[in-house]
Amino acid sequence: MLAFALKRLGLAVLVTITVSVISFSLLHLSGDPATAIAGENATEADIAAINEQYGFDRPLAEQYADWLWNAVQGDFGQSYYFKLPVAQLISDRLSVTMTLGVCAISFALLTAVPLGVLAAIRPNSLIDRVALFISVAGQAMPSFWFGLIMIVVFSIKFRLLPPSGSETWQHFIMPTIVLGYYAMPAIMRLTRAGMLEVLNADYIRTARAKGAGAARVLFKHALRNAIVPVVSLAAVQMGFMLGGSIVVESIFALHGAGYLAWESIGRHDLPTVQALILIFSCFYILFTLLSDLANAWLDPRIRVG
Amino acid sequence: MKPIIATGVIALAAALSSGQAFANKADDTLHTAFSKELETTDFYFQSAREGTILARQVWDGLVYRDQKTGEYTGNLASSWEWIDDTTLEFKLREGIKFHNGEEFDADDVVYTVNYVVNPDNHVVVPGNVNWMKSAEKIDKYTVRIHTNGPFPAALEYLAGLVSIYPNEYYAEVGPTGMGQKPVGTGPYMVESVDPGKHYVLKKYDDYHDSPKGKASIGTIDIRTIPDVNTQMAELFSGGIDMIWNVPSDQAAQLKTMDQFTVSNESTMRIGYITMDAAGRGGENPFQKKEVREAVGYAIDRQAIVDNLLQGSSKVVPSACYPSQFGCEQDVKAYPYDPEKAKALLAEAGYPDGFTIDFYAYRDRPYAEAMMAYLAEVGIKTDLNFLQYSALREMQQKGNAGFGFLTWGSNSIADVSAITSLFFKFGNQDFARDEEVKNWLDAGDKTVDGEVRKESYSKALKKIAEEAYWIPLFSYNTNYVFTKEVDFTPTPDEIVRFFEMSWK
Repeated sequence: MLAFALKRLGLAVLVTITVSVISFSLLHLSGDPATAIAGENATEADIAAINEQYGFDRPLAEQYADWLWNAVQGDFGQSYYFKLPVAQLISDRLSVTMTLGVCAISFALLTAVPLGVLAAIRPNSLIDRVALFISVAGQAMPSFWFGLIMIVVFSIKFRLLPPSGSETWQHFIMPTIVLGYYAMPAIMRLTRAGMLEVLNADYIRTARAKGAGAARVLFKHALRNAIVPVVSLAAVQMGFMLGGSIVVESIFALHGAGYLAWESIGRHDLPTVQALILIFSCFYILFTLLSDLANAWLDPRIRVG
Repeated sequence: MKPIIATGVIALAAALSSGQAFANKADDTLHTAFSKELETTDFYFQSAREGTILARQVWDGLVYRDQKTGEYTGNLASSWEWIDDTTLEFKLREGIKFHNGEEFDADDVVYTVNYVVNPDNHVVVPGNVNWMKSAEKIDKYTVRIHTNGPFPAALEYLAGLVSIYPNEYYAEVGPTGMGQKPVGTGPYMVESVDPGKHYVLKKYDDYHDSPKGKASIGTIDIRTIPDVNTQMAELFSGGIDMIWNVPSDQAAQLKTMDQFTVSNESTMRIGYITMDAAGRGGENPFQKKEVREAVGYAIDRQAIVDNLLQGSSKVVPSACYPSQFGCEQDVKAYPYDPEKAKALLAEAGYPDGFTIDFYAYRDRPYAEAMMAYLAEVGIKTDLNFLQYSALREMQQKGNAGFGFLTWGSNSIADVSAITSLFFKFGNQDFARDEEVKNWLDAGDKTVDGEVRKESYSKALKKIAEEAYWIPLFSYNTNYVFTKEVDFTPTPDEIVRFFEMSWK
């Protein structure tokens, strides 16, 4: 088990380094960073000065090695754009993204799992159809559109919620629903499929035969087994939400890490992008690990294996 | 796809909106939004429009340019004179205090200028300041600025691009500190900065007797809201009072609602088509003058203005913004005439036209309209739509010589901020015309206004005659604000909060 975990960790580190090398090269290939930093009104002399100041004229490998050396010592450098330490910048933005991500995944799980279970109990019933409709709609509707519709209804028409910002908990309601809704369909369909399969299994019949209550059968025997793949999926979704909530963060003006990453790419703010990519990769690894642990707890067979 | 759907959403919002605006007048706070995350509030370490806007509220320059008359008046300085071609002496106003209580005097000017011109300090846009060599204190309220060679646009640059910092404070906190707690002499003090996200300005009650005038509105609250639809939603729900850079189709919708004022004003940005007349990227059709002229005749610029840009945009005939100093308007014109374009192409040896790459980095619909016009006369184009930095990098190497670009001149009302940048053999100069360069040099290097006008006129006439550039149109901006706000936008695209008031 320990050897397995170490092997996986080693692999994860290699993946992280590969990702950062690729992103570093791509950023340099996709346009001149000095021109991006200097802005649209810069003259040629301005650009030349920036090239020299940041050392963009050095070989790419040397620049990368420099960055890596500082990064492993915990120094992510200064954001070219904001002129602030990258660590300070990111910690601020990450808290918004984490809040949103945790709220959204909770929302998704709390709505999708019960709906999936209900749908599985009565397949092809009205409730199953409604659940299907909700999930198809969630999958089909682009986030920016759903977000704007929410704003129109709840902020403009009824004036219940603020359209944008992150000052109070009310500001997080609409983003949570929009982002969570995006993750919901997959979780619900997986719960439903898992439950359907499990509910037809022999041991469920056995459990029922020995007289276990309906709720006990459903939650203790069936759901616990059906939920294993859902946990893995939720972990991946959570990783996605941290890095990929760009659209939602942009519409609701949340200034989170996803939006920061997106904008920083356009600005060629290399230290910020590199640090964010590193952090996002670490999150992916962490969530995958957590989901493995959770699954091991849920399913003893995984623990033994 | 997104803008079309988004427009629909806003139309829906307009229909649903109950039509009442929330009053921020009651708490004397104007809420507004930036579209872009501002790098830093330290003026010299950013290159964004938003930074210029903030700087005008927080700091002052030695002189101020009156937007109505175009005249320069003293701001931190009370008077000035040219001692010689490269020395400008200022008498400073007495009794001015910075927001932190520090007294303003010659030391502040000397420190600021010498700090920003020092290449070791790496200001972001050196071109804004490196025309100055140094500043020198004569006495407590007299200071001299020495320029690197004659620099006739000095006052314009001093008015727009040289904010005076408090020397003691800046020496202590540096650019990072100034970015988090800016201190100036301007009509507004900065109360709080949440970098990139949120800025709160408070009226400075002890503001000196400046031509800018004292601020009227007590508090200005600026949040960064990247999505224009969200900005509009905030406007509808009363969260903010004013937005700008609103797309023309949405501005037209907002105009039909009676709780908002929609004000359109031109900006100093112009669009132009550049062509590789010098053959920097290898042999190409644009080396023939007839082909370049054909491009000019092929495109119905007025139609693009009327249908796409709208507002106060205008077709510009010359390679500069019309109100800039020295921007000769009496140059060869290229009215829409596709038949003439075809004839010119035939004359140049392209009776069936040709196919070529066309580059652009913004306003894709405009670029596509131009391409359609060009196709009609036989110039078939493949669009390469790139990030600005990528396009610029290609041009620096002599590639991407045929494209639609724009230039905003940094809001500097002088042709040296545009024509001289592009036609003096720099790496975005695809004309490489010795004569044009010499005329521009002559204009750039004398402080005699008449000589400058004459030199620039010659250069601009030749640029048009040779059709090195096809100047297209000026841009415009839509400002939308609640009926409670009294505000008149200016063509320099700088929002002056200190000139706003409640109705």
